[in-house]
Amino acid sequence: MEQLGTGESVAFWIFAVLGVTAAIGVVAVKNLFRAALLLVFCFFTVAGIYGSLSADFMAVAQVLVYMGAISVLIIFAVMLTRDLRHGNPFNRGWAWALVICAALMGLLVFVFIDTSWPTIEATQVEAVNQVGKDEATTSAIAESIFDKDFGFLLPFEIAAAMILAAVIGAIALVRDK
Amino acid sequence: MITTPQEIITRMPASVWQPFDDPLDSGWAVDNFWAHWGLFSVGIIGFVLLVVMGFIWFERRFISPMQLRIGPNRCGPFGLLQPVADAVKVMLKEDIVPNLADKVVHFIAPIAIFVPVLLMFAVIPVHEGVGLIPDLNVGILFVIAVGSIETIAVFMAGWGSNNKYSILGAMRSVAMMVSYEMPMAFAVVAVVLVTGTLSLQGIVQAQTIPFALLLPMAFILYFIGALAELQRTPFDLLEAESEIIAGYHIEYSGMKFAMFYLGEYGGAIIQSALITTLFLAGWKGPFLPPFLWFMIKLFAVFGMIVWIRATWPRVRIDQLMSFAWKYMLPLSIVNLLIVALEVIWFEGDAVTWWLVPINIVICGALLTGWATFFKLRGGPQVES
Repeated sequence: MEQLGTGESVAFWIFAVLGVTAAIGVVAVKNLFRAALLLVFCFFTVAGIYGSLSADFMAVAQVLVYMGAISVLIIFAVMLTRDLRHGNPFNRGWAWALVICAALMGLLVFVFIDTSWPTIEATQVEAVNQVGKDEATTSAIAESIFDKDFGFLLPFEIAAAMILAAVIGAIALVRDK
Repeated sequence: MITTPQEIITRMPASVWQPFDDPLDSGWAVDNFWAHWGLFSVGIIGFVLLVVMGFIWFERRFISPMQLRIGPNRCGPFGLLQPVADAVKVMLKEDIVPNLADKVVHFIAPIAIFVPVLLMFAVIPVHEGVGLIPDLNVGILFVIAVGSIETIAVFMAGWGSNNKYSILGAMRSVAMMVSYEMPMAFAVVAVVLVTGTLSLQGIVQAQTIPFALLLPMAFILYFIGALAELQRTPFDLLEAESEIIAGYHIEYSGMKFAMFYLGEYGGAIIQSALITTLFLAGWKGPFLPPFLWFMIKLFAVFGMIVWIRATWPRVRIDQLMSFAWKYMLPLSIVNLLIVALEVIWFEGDAVTWWLVPINIVICGALLTGWATFFKLRGGPQVES
């Protein structure tokens, strides 16, 4: 975090606080439709965090995929739900759920803090910043995915074929013959 | 045919357009981030409001002779003050919120519909290097991503109003936007393949030939997609007055309704600006100053849209969906394949004049061939 400029830090903290608030709102709000909208807002703040970390392509892809596509799916699913009036279900198990969630959260935070992440040296930061100014991250990402020798071209193609098969399967299931 | 912007500037007399010449190179705007940001933010808002009023007046005056009537001509010279009067009227109207509406969502929806439209202007270059961030390296992706937020805003308006007609309108709108976004995105990908950049300024600089000639198929697909995205005739069935009253904004009045209206016409400006930038070589053009060229192209594209509105009847919902999925989507994929082959064949430098007739012939053959196929099999039939 020390390596960010002040403007980026301010933006990061604004988006982080808003994002966590929205995420808590998703589970706490009773109205299901508002919960879905808060989830969309949470996606947006994540895009903002990507932006504050200079990951421009990731930020735009986050907005495009999550806000443009996934959220529409979620809202459609909400509207197909029966008993929408009853809203977000609450029952007596909430205390246990809170305990389990807190434990999981603690475990995750511990793992994140305890792991020695591969970081770049302070001397390399200058060089990386220079490269970042010259090139868009888009082409760097494209090269690391689609490069002939070191890329992930075959996994990518297999994933595409799998998704296509799933779509055709879904159409075949609901088609009336 | 098209000279470089520098040549145009040198040929141009120092005129009223001088302020648009190069505020970035002359220094003060780019050095001071806040000055640049403030200038262009205020400029964009003013530009959008002014051009919205211009577009409303232009549409009403342009469409009325086609429908054998006169149009607004009482308020000011040529009725030029009519949009001003309308704006004042709509601001003074009472703001009605239905009792059973979801009040928060009902309040946020008009804002959520207008803000993305303003955001998209940030990356549009009106001249070499002039714009809020004209050289954003993910420019066109940014526009597509921000544009997709509109879907949620429409949904919010439809749901928050708690009215069955508005929810019907919102459902139609979402189904349409989701299906027409895909051929549009494929058309944009064809442009990006040829230029090799996502920045809108880079795309304009790469157009030594307007891409409407070089990539006619992508141009036509994008234009049709833009009509659908704008919810204009022949795709205006989500606010079809004769079927569902006014679609998702029935329950809005006063300033909130004005926000929807602004969003709609702002969307028309942004789509015209995008078509101008992607396919009509943006600010480039001989003799006239670049900003003027940009405005001329903007109004020409909007004129086409209005002309189509005056000419075509509304489509049915099944025709709409089958047209998107069975006609436009396959054609856009075939077009992408052809463009990719051309780029490989010319080793990345496909902006050459003698590809123009070839591409126009391919485009004509594909359009007519696929139309025949579309009519013979599948097509817009109502299944029993």
